[in-house]
Amino acid sequence: MSTPREYQTSGIIIRKTKLGEADRILTVYTPELGKFDAVAKGVRRPKSKMAGHLELLTYSQLTLARGRSLDIITGSQTIESFLPLKNDLWLMSYGLYVIELVNQFTAIEVPDEDLFQLALTTLRQLCQSDNRDLLLRYFEIQLLQHSGYRPQLRECVACHQVLQPVNNSFSASNGGILCPSCAARQPFAHSITVNAIKVLRFIQDNSLESVLKLKINPILAREIEGVTRGYLKYLLEREVKSVAWLDDLREQMRVMVNKKVVNAPDTGDAENAATEV
Amino acid sequence: MAQNNTAATDAISRLIQELNKLPGIGPKSAQRLAYYLLRAPQEQAERLASAVISLKLEIKLCSCCFNVTDADPCALCRNEQRDRTKVCVVEQPQDILAIEHTGVYKGLYHVLHGALSPTEGVGVNDVRIKELTARLTDGIVKEVILATNTNLEGEQTAMYLNHVLNPLGIRVTRLARGLPFGTELEYADDATLTRALEGRSEL
Ligand SMILES: [Zn+2]
Ligand SMILES: [Zn+2]
Repeated sequence: MSTPREYQTSGIIIRKTKLGEADRILTVYTPELGKFDAVAKGVRRPKSKMAGHLELLTYSQLTLARGRSLDIITGSQTIESFLPLKNDLWLMSYGLYVIELVNQFTAIEVPDEDLFQLALTTLRQLCQSDNRDLLLRYFEIQLLQHSGYRPQLRECVACHQVLQPVNNSFSASNGGILCPSCAARQPFAHSITVNAIKVLRFIQDNSLESVLKLKINPILAREIEGVTRGYLKYLLEREVKSVAWLDDLREQMRVMVNKKVVNAPDTGDAENAATEV
Repeated sequence: MAQNNTAATDAISRLIQELNKLPGIGPKSAQRLAYYLLRAPQEQAERLASAVISLKLEIKLCSCCFNVTDADPCALCRNEQRDRTKVCVVEQPQDILAIEHTGVYKGLYHVLHGALSPTEGVGVNDVRIKELTARLTDGIVKEVILATNTNLEGEQTAMYLNHVLNPLGIRVTRLARGLPFGTELEYADDATLTRALEGRSEL
């Protein structure tokens, strides 16, 4: 009776923390068992046979042994490694954002096949699609819907009047759009354009396939991102950590592009110009 | 206040508690070490205690490469024989020991003291990246060798550094990532195998 019972499952590694000298606690997200923590022994040693199969953003087949508090991963084999996400700075950052949100919006051991498929599809599409902005917005909106926070985008959440094609407001605390007169009484509502509402509605009611065919300009993309971010932040009662990172990265990009634009005409050599800064 | 007797056992349990916090030391080993020190000669215990205290008092970070050192700049940065055109970027001071042990590398180092980890809130300002870019403006350094770990955080850090350093006109290289020595091929993961294939070389 002393030998622990073993079982198999497959899931995406969504979080890892160090344990002791060479071990890790991994948070695995599976379709049939939901999210759970498990111990991976020795994976921080260079000769670990499992480490590569138990990295973040990896979908793996796992063998686990029942442990006293946490179960122990005794075997692992990659099903999908999402390789493009591991070879590109931006894609990796977006992928980490997706799994951080999955971790934040799921409870321990609550299986949800649909949400698992959404996460899996989003990571797969990140590897292929160029329309990353709308892919991420689709993921966020579907995640919200799944968690019972479907934003109300058809009528005013306060007075239930049909929305007019004017600048309305989005209120995170009300979970939807406020008409101009209701927004006047709500200090924390942010103005939202007609086009942003249209795109959000389209994302809410259509398949990922059709959403990815949509083309929107960068200004509208940033506006919509601002809306979903604000709503997610309100619901989580804190900033999503990888959002801060995405902002840093974007800022870094902007500074570097500006340096080139400003310096290049003078010297005709952007690389030399940048060295002096 | 407690009596002398309880104070004495207090000292033992306090030591056991502290030893237990060290990596690789479980409660049993902590107990064994505590009772060993109890029986050991007074001077041995004092040498241990003073070594631990000086570790914290005397060891500081090199203001150039951020390696741990008792003198600033550190011995590696002071050494005239080292190749000043190369800087090898590592996550931790222990990584320098590993590379120095090979005896192959003759350049300088830079210790980041960590790796970027967006989901754990470890950003650019939490590791010594600004210190690295500041160091590279003098025009002496021609090559930066990225020797961060080959896990996700190490890769993210390397990709970020490449992205920041490339415009400076410095050659940025990454340690070859492939199969570790002694690996059996069947256990290798996709990422490792792909990189090993990409980085293959003539025998
Ligand atoms: Zn209203
Ligand atoms: Zn130094």
